[in-house]
Amino acid sequence: MNIKKQFLDGMIYQNPVTVQLLGMCSTLAISTTLFNGLGMGVSVLVILTLANIFISLLRNIIPSKVRIACYIVVIAGFVTIVDLLLKAYIPSLSASLGLFIPLIVVNCIILGRAESFASKNGILASALDGIFQGLGYTVILVVMCVIRELLGNGTFGGGILNNGEGIRIIPEGIPALGMILPVGGFLTLACVIAAMQYFLSKPKKDAKNEEVAK
Amino acid sequence: MDFTGLFSIALGAILVNNFIFAQFLGICPFMGVSKKIDTALGMGMAVIFVMGVASAVCWPINQLLLKLGLDFMQTVTFILVIASLVQFVEMFLQKAMPALYESLGVYLPLITTNCAVLGVVLQNTQNSYDFIQSVVYGVTGGIGFLIAIVLFASVRERLEFSECPKSFEGFPIALVTAGLLALAFLGFSGLKVF
Repeated sequence: MNIKKQFLDGMIYQNPVTVQLLGMCSTLAISTTLFNGLGMGVSVLVILTLANIFISLLRNIIPSKVRIACYIVVIAGFVTIVDLLLKAYIPSLSASLGLFIPLIVVNCIILGRAESFASKNGILASALDGIFQGLGYTVILVVMCVIRELLGNGTFGGGILNNGEGIRIIPEGIPALGMILPVGGFLTLACVIAAMQYFLSKPKKDAKNEEVAK
Repeated sequence: MDFTGLFSIALGAILVNNFIFAQFLGICPFMGVSKKIDTALGMGMAVIFVMGVASAVCWPINQLLLKLGLDFMQTVTFILVIASLVQFVEMFLQKAMPALYESLGVYLPLITTNCAVLGVVLQNTQNSYDFIQSVVYGVTGGIGFLIAIVLFASVRERLEFSECPKSFEGFPIALVTAGLLALAFLGFSGLKVF
């Protein structure tokens, strides 16, 4: 087991969003404010880690023919728990993420990791994989949120800082509303992935700087 | 029968709130299966079918769940229903229409993890649509998906032969294309029947 390699894989070389190209729907849809991004990222991280641990525990029991259905049931169970917890304790987050919390069930990142990692590895490695992949997803979400919120709304940290208003950086009237709309989601993700491809095609030592460069 | 209501649901699902370009549901198959028009068309057809049937099947199940007070089990139940439905459709097509089955092949199982299908079912329950409204919303949502994926595939086929910056090659340039299509679909917002 190699923790450092797992960490780097999750964050950069096998990043779920920018390299494996999984979980596009939620990445594009909810990355409009920092609050949404962090909330979604942490929810996915928790569900991914729990599902990985559970599936790794059950990996020798589940018959391989019905494994996908079993994974989906496990994932759906954890998603329901998180959904209900959010509704009870952070209703504002639950309201702004809406449909996309139950839709974590069909988020390909979780099913993908269950199939490709947790079903073949031990509990500890699977748990770490869940945490690091979840972190990689969260980081990309937060980067997307910051870019889109700044360009589309002119603020930073909407939903958390300054009583939920966010700190205004660009004066009103100047920001391009399109960045908050679906168009902006596609364009921002395109640029983020292009930046990732650019840095991954360069020599190895530069790859570490890509988060800073964005 | 309230036809104008149904018509506005249909129009909304196809154009105004297009599943791909306005709601971001079903992006994974949209990106994955859009390299050729033929396969995109097949995928779109399969999605229309599954979304329609899933809406129809999940409606009575949802009523049952509500009656039993088990509505917190919605997500788990719906995904199971969709998974078994897709499996069933696959087996049926294999026996009844082998030609269609051959052409869809790989894409059928993929529909299970298409968030548009689970999304449409969940939206039906959230908007408390009745049976006919649910089915109309499911089928027209699928038609919206078909239109989006075919348009996108036809642009993408040409994209193969064009030159673009190296780091944008492949996926990023496809996303930019999707963004421009989304911009075009933005023009439909505000479109209302009455």
